[in-house]
Amino acid sequence: MDLTYTAEEEGFRARLREWLAVSLPKLPVKPGPLDWPGRRAYDTTWQRMLYDAGYGEVHWDAPPTQRLIFLEETELAGAPYVGANFVGLLHAGPTIAAEGAAEQRARWLPPVLRGDEVWCQGFSEPEAGSDLASLRTRAVRDGDSYVVTGSKIWTSHAEVADWCELLVRTDPQASRHRGITWLAMPMDAPGVTVRPLRTLAGAAEFAEMFLDEVRVPVENRVGRENDGWRVTMVTLSFERGTAFVGEVVACRRTLGELAAAARANGTWDDPVLRRSLGRLNAEFRALWRLTQWNVSESQRTGGVPGIGGSVFKLRYSHARQELYDTAAEVLGPDAFDLDREWTADRLSSLSYTIAAGTSQIQRNIVAERILGLPKGRRWTSS
Amino acid sequence: MDFQLTDDQRALRRGVRELLARRFGRDALRAAVDREGTVDRKLWRELGAAGFFSLRLPEAEGGAGLGLPEAVLVFEEAGRALLNGPLVATHLAACGGLPGATDGTRMITCVTQLSSLVPHFADADAAVVIHGGSMRVRYPKELPSARAVRSMDPLTPLHRIQGGAPKAPPRPDAVLLTAAEQLGSAARTTEAAVQYAKEREQFGQPIGGFQAVKHLCAQMLVRTEVARAAVYAAAVTEDFTEIAGAKLLADEAAVQGARDCLQVYGGMGFTWEADVHLHLKRAWLRAQMWLTAAEAEEIQAEALASAL
Repeated sequence: MDLTYTAEEEGFRARLREWLAVSLPKLPVKPGPLDWPGRRAYDTTWQRMLYDAGYGEVHWDAPPTQRLIFLEETELAGAPYVGANFVGLLHAGPTIAAEGAAEQRARWLPPVLRGDEVWCQGFSEPEAGSDLASLRTRAVRDGDSYVVTGSKIWTSHAEVADWCELLVRTDPQASRHRGITWLAMPMDAPGVTVRPLRTLAGAAEFAEMFLDEVRVPVENRVGRENDGWRVTMVTLSFERGTAFVGEVVACRRTLGELAAAARANGTWDDPVLRRSLGRLNAEFRALWRLTQWNVSESQRTGGVPGIGGSVFKLRYSHARQELYDTAAEVLGPDAFDLDREWTADRLSSLSYTIAAGTSQIQRNIVAERILGLPKGRRWTSS
Repeated sequence: MDFQLTDDQRALRRGVRELLARRFGRDALRAAVDREGTVDRKLWRELGAAGFFSLRLPEAEGGAGLGLPEAVLVFEEAGRALLNGPLVATHLAACGGLPGATDGTRMITCVTQLSSLVPHFADADAAVVIHGGSMRVRYPKELPSARAVRSMDPLTPLHRIQGGAPKAPPRPDAVLLTAAEQLGSAARTTEAAVQYAKEREQFGQPIGGFQAVKHLCAQMLVRTEVARAAVYAAAVTEDFTEIAGAKLLADEAAVQGARDCLQVYGGMGFTWEADVHLHLKRAWLRAQMWLTAAEAEEIQAEALASAL
């Protein structure tokens, strides 16, 4: 067990730090949370800067330990996270890299890395949430195209995306996991309607998407027809890998700020609150160690994100909610002031136990795939 | 960075697990319960001969020259097997070079680990009094009078010292090795619950097929794995704040794990016959030893405040 970084890893860290110090001041002013075109421009500008400096592919090609260092250092320096590039860099891109044909990789990957094109994800449907495999959006083959009709939901960045990684049902007769196909759908195709959804935090973070006989060229299919479920599983394992590294770093910083605020306003003298803060300190430190443990494991197994991601996500999503509940205790009446950063963060933390697999689904995954308990009647996936 | 067990560490863990399976299997465990936790001294000497107590002593002094991470792995196995006796105290005495402690010919307890209660007061050969970095050895006739307590934990006989024990700042390695025992217990109760859930059938199917049971088991694993990362990392860094945090999380994993295991076992879990209660009672006791949750949380809070 070794927690020290090699000279090579430290060299990577030092060069990155140096580059961040020079480059971050060049970023434009961060746009407001409701300015979607502005946010897209900001996020893609940042991706272009990373690309030009040789960091564009860090999520794909770098060894897991380097990726950990990258995420840690960018967060510590206050750099943006992937933002609007999330799906392109962490879902669709890796899927195309793993499953796409040579011409598909050449067409779609470079624009993602350069920050030229933005992707969104068309997976969930109003009637297919946790039970994703029951999705019903239909695609019917018509010559060189699929004609797609249906609706998708919880689609982040849909308003500003160029492409959508879309799961459609191509064989309604086949068993649930079989008749699904993975398509790259251009968002400007006729028949695509995007309607923003307002979250409980007040902002339009994601959208509903209605598809009315949208024509998608057959050449936009990644993987074989009806093999989309397997293709998708490649993507989902990426999402549960190192997706939260930067956030754990950020939570530890927030905890320090919380302690400072509690000392300043006297709530620190309440032993119950003080001990809650102390417990959270142990919690987030342990989550950082668990991250290093999981990253070291995937480094040993050749970069494949392990099932440990589910264990991590279960604990982290809960800890994050606890952190902001404790923040509310420190804030007192200010916890009801939406202009306080922690008030807004407390609201957005509520999505963590739902998005990317609810805690209940994660517990099923842990129980069945790690502990080997009997599979449930229908929900099983791969 | 390579935060995974090395091949040597895996081999060490396997070796200790095999030794304990051979010498402290279910029959030996229940025999220890029937003896009210008094220690099998033949086994104690065998543990000594295997290097259980001296493993961190330099090779020149008859030890194995291993570090805290290796000691953590050994104590994790002890916690798994519910091995009884003042393991941590004797290990500390051996680290201090106390003759007899290193090879297991003597069994040493400690009077400054559990408030006024002393485990194995009657069957230990001596007791250590720890204060900060210093450690003094006291033989039974030098100790204040003590009264036997009917111990709730069948594997840990307890005496209460008249007038209470002196309060001492916790010794980091004692805290961490106790956390390692808790980790082993948490891992074991998780396994036991999962195994039971696969075998026990109700409503015509294994109860492990029901999500209510599945989710209990999943949470047990999550607590264990978070505690594992914390305990192992603290063994590598030897940072006291990190050690205190590891104890806090390992205590939770062991206590809640044993309770959840008891729940999965249902009525069987409430019997004397099942081993679950042995894990729970021991985990409750260890949670109060060396460093309590309240103390650990205050140490964490202090670390937050001093970083400001």
